[in-house]
Amino acid sequence: MISDDLSLLLPEIVLAVFAMAALMFGVYSGKDRAMPVITWATAGVFLVLAFWIGVTGPGTHTAFGGMFIDDGFARFAKVVVLLSAAAVLVMSQDYMAKRGLGRFEYPVLIALAVVGMMVMISAGDLMSLYMGLELQSLALYVVAALRRDSLKSTEAGLKYFVLGALSSGLLLYGASLTYGYSGTTLFSGIIQTVHAGQMPLGLLIGLVFLISGMAFKISAVPFHMWTPDVYEGSPTPVTAFFATAPKVAAMALMARLLFGAFGTATQEWSQVLAVLAVASMFLGAVAALGQNDLKRLMAYSSITHMGYALVGLSAGTAEGVQAMLIYMSIYATTTIGVFAFMLSMERDGHQITDLRALNLFANKEPMKALALMVLLFSLAGVPPMLGFIGKFYVLKAAIDAHMYWLALLAVIASVIGAVYYIRIVYLMYFGKENEGLDTGPMGVMPWVMLMGSAAITLLGIINLFGVEGLAQAAAMSLVQ
Amino acid sequence: MTVAAFTFYLFAIIAVASGLFVTISRNPVHSVLWLILTFLSAAGLFVTMGAEFVAMLLIIVYVGAVAVLFLFVVMMLDVDFSELKAEMARYMPLALLIGVILLLEFAVLFGSWHAAPNADALRLAITPDPDKVQNTRALGLLLYDRYVYLFMLAALILLVAMIGAILLTLRHRKDVKRQNVLQQMWRDPAKTMELKDVKPGQGL
Repeated sequence: MISDDLSLLLPEIVLAVFAMAALMFGVYSGKDRAMPVITWATAGVFLVLAFWIGVTGPGTHTAFGGMFIDDGFARFAKVVVLLSAAAVLVMSQDYMAKRGLGRFEYPVLIALAVVGMMVMISAGDLMSLYMGLELQSLALYVVAALRRDSLKSTEAGLKYFVLGALSSGLLLYGASLTYGYSGTTLFSGIIQTVHAGQMPLGLLIGLVFLISGMAFKISAVPFHMWTPDVYEGSPTPVTAFFATAPKVAAMALMARLLFGAFGTATQEWSQVLAVLAVASMFLGAVAALGQNDLKRLMAYSSITHMGYALVGLSAGTAEGVQAMLIYMSIYATTTIGVFAFMLSMERDGHQITDLRALNLFANKEPMKALALMVLLFSLAGVPPMLGFIGKFYVLKAAIDAHMYWLALLAVIASVIGAVYYIRIVYLMYFGKENEGLDTGPMGVMPWVMLMGSAAITLLGIINLFGVEGLAQAAAMSLVQ
Repeated sequence: MTVAAFTFYLFAIIAVASGLFVTISRNPVHSVLWLILTFLSAAGLFVTMGAEFVAMLLIIVYVGAVAVLFLFVVMMLDVDFSELKAEMARYMPLALLIGVILLLEFAVLFGSWHAAPNADALRLAITPDPDKVQNTRALGLLLYDRYVYLFMLAALILLVAMIGAILLTLRHRKDVKRQNVLQQMWRDPAKTMELKDVKPGQGL
């Protein structure tokens, strides 16, 4: 029995064992000199695991009495997480080495964080949910403070840690109320005690606390306060990681919990999610208008995008889950491209994140400016780009679930949000003459990621690379 | 009132009162001492429930290790607590408002609380029978058998905490003299020491 369980967990075990082996290798070989090797090896393992999980046959299997679920939904989300984590790792290698951040623990911590995310995505029990979440968060707190000589980076790490601990407290309180009501922590057990339309008050409060704890992790308003500061203070590659893989994992966890444990009482939580979604979309869009720092702007942008993904989830249907998965995949792809560009923004060897440094950038580097323009238009949801498709699916899911007001508000927020993306494009093409960025070739991997992400954003419009069908199958396996 | 009820109320009142003192006491060292009292009364509550192993763990781990560590940190860190308190006082009205609202919500929750009809049966389903299995053994059965997956995850979390603590604090200083045992053992007395015959009154 235990061997069956363990064989189902093999990808996670391989990754955890690899992380420990890499740690040993780093300690006993060249310490930080081993960092490039470990980084590339970690990214390689991520890719292999993504492929492995991707080709695993269909079907739903559970291990350890239902605490671990391996189904189509989990496999889809895991592949997205692994691929985006690998992309962020390889594109940040040069940057880290150049700025004295080449600590060999960094890829090891990223690998352990990804183990946590995989556990979260596959969680079938409130306890494994919490363990995965803590494993992921703890590794992220540490990498946020990686630049320990910088006050801002330390502040980012501390802020993230303290507020993260608070959100874990909320989550645990909700979990204990849920357990108190249903007498079991297994999602499959909870769902049998939850009946539509007559959810008792205690369980409702527990559910709201659980949602609050997870809303913190995806930085949905009003649990977003940490995001701009943490994004600004952390080293840029770490910010790129924060904005992609953990967001996908936390969103998947939210879907897993809500449909797995509370799937019979959709209308109870759909309003809560709708309120979070509207608040996130509007606050993210409005607050980003006045930002001149690209990292802070991306923080608000991620808050807005989480709002759209929540719109899909709040529809409470398989179609909504499909829309959320497609949206998160597109969001991760596009964001990786934007951060790849940001890694190359420097003047006299120093990193610049000020938007105004992009003035007339298109005259100096037309290719890069074009790629960035494509990505920003995609984030804004301008039609020929992939971002539009994501928004389309989300809105369609909301309309099919008869949440017309939510769809309408999402459109309005998207128009407000488009302003600040287009402002960057305006600066690049029609801005004033001023001291710009250093020109010259950027690193190979960031260049590949920037151009690759822009190309995917443009070409994906044809058939989404088949993600649509995969996401649909994944959503069907979650929502019965 | 039975003895069991009396001990329960005694420990519960002490726990709540000392918990309150943790937050309002002016001296942070006193706060930690109140915290220790809270842990001790919580351990007492566990004993009244028949969970003596957990009670002893609470005393050994929390009082013996964690609270003492707190005490050291509070004494060694140079934090101006009065300044922190002044900062806190600015947000006190808002904090009180949120606290009162939460308290009211919990009062409503407490009034209308009920569990699912089959909750107790589900709860008992995974618990070993206390008449047949000893307390400690039952814990071991759950922890290392049914919940071995969570146990392993907890180990990974601790590993991350350890890596993090080292990564964020360890500095390799080059100017510090370190002992190299092998180098010391390989020293050849013939090369490092020279005997000289010093004549009286002449020196070297």
